[in-house]
Amino acid sequence: MIEQLIFYVFALVLLFSATMVITVRNPVHAALFLVLAFFNSAALWIMAGAEFLGIVLVLVYVGAVMVLFLFVVMMLDLNLGSLREGFMKHFYIGVPIAVVMAVQMLLVVGSGLFAPETLPQAAMPIPEGTGNTSMLGGVLYTVYVYPFELAAVILLVAIIAAIMLTLRRREGTKHQNPGEQVKVRKADRLRLVNLPSSRRASEQEQD
Amino acid sequence: MIELSDYLVLGAILFALGMAGIFLNRKNAIVLLMSIELILLAVNFNFIAFSTFMGDLAGQVFVFFILTVAAAESAIGLAILVVLFRNKQSINVADLDSMKG
Repeated sequence: MIEQLIFYVFALVLLFSATMVITVRNPVHAALFLVLAFFNSAALWIMAGAEFLGIVLVLVYVGAVMVLFLFVVMMLDLNLGSLREGFMKHFYIGVPIAVVMAVQMLLVVGSGLFAPETLPQAAMPIPEGTGNTSMLGGVLYTVYVYPFELAAVILLVAIIAAIMLTLRRREGTKHQNPGEQVKVRKADRLRLVNLPSSRRASEQEQD
Repeated sequence: MIELSDYLVLGAILFALGMAGIFLNRKNAIVLLMSIELILLAVNFNFIAFSTFMGDLAGQVFVFFILTVAAAESAIGLAILVVLFRNKQSINVADLDSMKG
């Protein structure tokens, strides 16, 4: 009973924040509401027994992706007025489509078609008596090691792509060129001049 | 007791909200990316729910990979957005008409 109550509280806050994400005017507020949505989802995933993924959602999404979003939103100087025009025009198309989609999906998933006893046999049964993290680690580094490395390559590609897209050389900035610095020889920079030694004027007068 | 259909209904409503977000914020590329994140979250909800109620670990592994790809996607998407803003001084999707498509 109390479990159900907690579920509904988190679910309602999740749906509320998702609604705010798509309707608020300011993108910074939208990003912050998305953080709230991710946080509530993490709690719901933990309730469903996926503790590792719930923590990953908080660490990776709230901690990294949403900070990136906020960084970009705050860095860009947005013209909020032009971005909002047409909101009401699309409102009367978008909302009915979304409502129809939601009702259709609810007809399918809410009709008891997916009762627990009708579900097929588990392809990879969860072993008894181990924690969620160690179970996931157990299959991730054995059965799924090839997709896991592929995921690492995808992240590497994302890093390189993001850096290459945003990298630029500005005019007028001063850079060091390590290759040029290493190539320099003494003869290029240093000139030895042989000057005859001279005496001060006062010493000359004494002579 | 929380049923499987509770999670599925929640995922379906969340998916529809993300879809409505794409329609409503057609001009604003940042909120479009956020709506895609909402849709991916709804999909992940279904995977987690079925994984729990079937006792099958494969769903959670799949969610792990979806999270990885979604993080890569949003990183590249935001990088494209920054370059777009640098060139056009705007992130309005309607301004992206230089290819006259």
